[in-house]
This record gives sequence, C-alpha cells and structure tokens, in this order.
Amino acid sequence: MLELQNVSLAFGGLQAVEDVSLSVRPGAIQAIIGPNGAGKTTLFHLATGFLAPQAGRIVFDGQEIQGRPPHAIAALGIARTFQLVQLFDHMTVLENAMVGRHRLSRAGLLSGALRLPRTRTEEKLIREEALAALEFVGLADRARQSAAVLPLGLKRLLEIARAYASRPTLLLLDEPASGLDAAETDRLGEMILALREQGITVLLVEHDMALTMEVAEEIAVLNYGRLIAQGPPRAIQKHPEVIAAYLGTDWQA
Amino acid sequence: MKGLLVNRWGLFAAAVLLLAGVLKEDYYFSLLNFIGIHTLLVVGLNLLMGYGGQISLGHAAFFGLGAYTSGVLTAAYGVNPWLALVAGLIIAGATAFLLGVPALKLRGYYLAMATLGFGIIVFIVLNEAQPLTGGPSGLAGIPSLSLGPLALNTPRRLYFLIWATVGLVMALSANLVDSRLGRALRALHDSEPAAQSLAVDTFALKLKVFIWSALYASLAGSLYAHTLNFIAPSSFTFMFSIKLVTMVVLGGMASIWGSLLGAAVLTVLPELLTAFHDYEVVIFGAILMAVMIFLPRGLVRGLLDLWEFRNYKRQGGRIPV
Repeated sequence: MLELQNVSLAFGGLQAVEDVSLSVRPGAIQAIIGPNGAGKTTLFHLATGFLAPQAGRIVFDGQEIQGRPPHAIAALGIARTFQLVQLFDHMTVLENAMVGRHRLSRAGLLSGALRLPRTRTEEKLIREEALAALEFVGLADRARQSAAVLPLGLKRLLEIARAYASRPTLLLLDEPASGLDAAETDRLGEMILALREQGITVLLVEHDMALTMEVAEEIAVLNYGRLIAQGPPRAIQKHPEVIAAYLGTDWQA
Repeated sequence: MKGLLVNRWGLFAAAVLLLAGVLKEDYYFSLLNFIGIHTLLVVGLNLLMGYGGQISLGHAAFFGLGAYTSGVLTAAYGVNPWLALVAGLIIAGATAFLLGVPALKLRGYYLAMATLGFGIIVFIVLNEAQPLTGGPSGLAGIPSLSLGPLALNTPRRLYFLIWATVGLVMALSANLVDSRLGRALRALHDSEPAAQSLAVDTFALKLKVFIWSALYASLAGSLYAHTLNFIAPSSFTFMFSIKLVTMVVLGGMASIWGSLLGAAVLTVLPELLTAFHDYEVVIFGAILMAVMIFLPRGLVRGLLDLWEFRNYKRQGGRIPV
C-alpha cells in the first residue's frame, strides 16, 4: 500500500535518509526503529509530504506521491501524528476531532457562513463522527474541554482520535508512547491493535521496545539514514547489526 | 447554546431599535454609524488575524478601495450606488487575490509586510491620481444611498441600513468560525502542520479568508463614502490600519462580539478625549497599555476571566474548567 523505492534525502552534508526501500503491506502494523537521528521522523515527513525526497519514488495505492504537498497526500487517506504533540490548543477536544473530518466533508466559506440546510446536515455528521472517534480512544467525556488542558497521555490519544476521524487507510504514529507512563502505554498498545482491527494499516516509529515488539508484525531498523535490517520482531531482536547499532548502544547510553 | 445565540441576536436587534428610539441628536447617530462601519472592518480583520493568525497591516487600503470605487463611480460617472458597491467588492476581492497569492505562499510575517507596503502604495495612488480621485483635497459630491424612493440621506436613516448590515455580517461571521472551514482556520492558527496533515489546504484557506475580509473592508468603505458624501486619502492611512489592528486586539482576538466592542471603544474614545486634545495621544496610549497589560485577551474575554476568577475565589478555590 505504501512503498518507498530507493528514497534519499540529504540536508547539506548530512545524509538523513539514504537509498531506503521499504514497503508497508495493507492491514499490517509495521514499526520503524533506530537510534535518535537515524532518520525515522524524516522518513515520516517524506511519506506525508512535509519533505520531498531528492531521489527515489514514494508510491501510495499505485500513485506516485513524492513532492506533493502534505494536504494533498492527507486527502488520499494517509494520516499521521507528531512526535511533539500538535493539537489545536485553542479549540475543544471535540473540535479537534471535528477537524479530522475535514477530508471527508465539503462545505465552503459561503455555505458555512450561510448555514444552508445541506451544511447543517454535514455539520451534524461531522459532529457525530468526531464523537465516535473520541469514544474510540475513550475521550468522549472530555469533549467540551479545551484541548490545551489535557494531560500529555490524553493529548496523544486525542491526536490519534483526530487522525482516526479522518478515516485514513494508513496511519503513521510518530513516537506515540513518548512521555506516557506504563498504564498509558498499555492502553496505547490496545489502541493500535484496535486500529488494525478496523482495517487501518499502521506504521509506527517508537523507542519503547516492549510496545514495539508486542504490536508490530514487521520491524524495519534505520541507522544513519540507512535501512540495516527488516523482519519480524524475533528476528530483529537477534540481528547482530541491530544490537550493535541500537538495542546495545541504547542500554549503554 | 442555541437559545443563547438566539438571545444574543435578539438582544442585538433590540439594542439597535432601542437606541434608535431613545437618541434624538444626529450627532449620536453619526457616531453609531461610524462604530458600525468600523465594526465591519474589525470583524473582517479579526477573522483573518484573531482566528487565522494572519496579520494584515493594510486593511485601510481595502477600505479605501471600496470607498473610492463607490465615490468615483457615483460622483464622476453617475453609476448606481449599489452597482458601484458591488464593483468595489469585485475590485477589492481581486486585489486581495493578487496580493495574497505571493504573500501567503511564504510563511511567517510576509503577509504583514506585503499588506503594509500595499497600504502605503494605495495611499500614494489616492493622493497622486488627482484627475480620478481628486487627490489630497478629496472627492466631494458623492450621492447618498437610497432604498427605492427612500433616500438614506440622514444619519438616522443610514443608521438602520448600517446596523442591519453589521448584524448580518456578524451573524455570517459567527456562523463561519463555527463551520468546517472556520474550524480549519482556527486549526491552522494553532498548528499549520497538523492542519495540513488533516487535508486542510492551508494556503488556499488563508487566501480565501484574506479575500473574505477584504470584501468586508470594501463594503465598509462603500458605506463610509455614502455616509460622509465626501472622502479624502487621509482616512485611509497606514495609521488607520494600525488602529484597526488595535481595535481587534482591544476587543479580543478571535471574538466576533469583541470586534464590536473594540470598534465602539476606539471610535468613542477619541470623541471623549477631544476636551484634552493636547494630551489625547498620551491618554489614548495609556489606556491601551493598561488593557494590553491587564486584559491581554481583550476586553470581552478579559472581563469574563475576571468574573470567573471572582466566582472561583468565592467557591473556595475550585478551578473552573
């Protein structure tokens, strides 16, 4: 469903992503791991249009998407969360989720200002679907609160709900467990599995190894912008290069 | 919520009618008319700036485009004032489009810079294009508006037109900010990347709202021209653009009703301060500073906050959420 073919990007002299080929199967939960600065987030930015590759192709559902603007890629059904939570702080929890429905609704400025019957119907649907997304992550009872006052764990859940409300076929989660305590991380793991149950393909960047090993079926390992290993969790855990580059050094640090 | 809104608009209409019944002198109607015209400008600027986070320092220019299109077409060419008003909307909208496309492509304060320059250019053109605009000495002989046989040639008659327009524009704007694109606009203000990741075409949306707010300004300009029957470039200066920004901030960013209050306070204040005219600027500045320091979210929100804080202390410190 998402395929990166020989993708490269350098920032000046720094080769952030080098000749990476990666393919995400529909219906899978796939993870990308690697040390800080390995290019994981850069890869996410490439897949979602926030960065354009200097070489290589990115194909989503048969269309080449490299270099397209983020909103156009999102319109195809790729949603994402951010490493540093990016909520709409001056809006309520419900309104945040309602923005998620933007992709699937149509009202323009004029019909919004005039509140035509068609627009009212659409608004009602937006509200219902947004509430359903909040229920999915367990935030429905906070719908009227300001998004800014949520604790971090719930902010991350709201970011997922917002992305979920856009009914994506592919969801990219950028370090969703960072800053979460053990109980919250468990809840997140269940959430990721539930997303897959709903037919959403999940691509995950994560440092929490326990979580990654538990939910991911396939793990790709990046180091210095290059893909050094790819395979199921068990194989990755034993991979000598991965232990040297990541699992090992991370513990020593 | 819905009942509350109905009440608000009902109260608004009642207040407009009540003032019309109570007030006798033309002076007060004139003053209220200017408040109304300023409110149109401030609501538009607030959509762009308060809700969307995009600063325009050239809104006086769109106001001037509307005023001069109406003024020149009606005074010099005898065009029907309502047609001239529509022509003003088209010209202001097209200008906003041409200015917005390059300026909004860039991130940061490029719109502020571009509109600042644009405002100064328009001011110079209004002064220099003497054969068309009358130059610095102004353009006289602008006819009044009329509704069928009724000539809107007194402040009192204009009052109803202007405040019906204000009510309509405020209602449309309140609907807008609570609609799909209104939410997208507020969203891009908070986090542009997150909005884009949810399929919001942020460039297109900023451009649309910029044009939309220029249309409000042009509408205000046309009404202004027909209210005064005379216009001069000195009404459309950079300082006036700054004053509009101040009205937005004073009333409250991202507040439709705050826009009305900000426009009202900063329209009435200079009138009250004429008695101190040597110190007008000083007093004006001091009041502004005080509001900025003590009510940074503007008058409406600021007073609401104070009210909530009082309740909060009364209830023994329970944090209101």
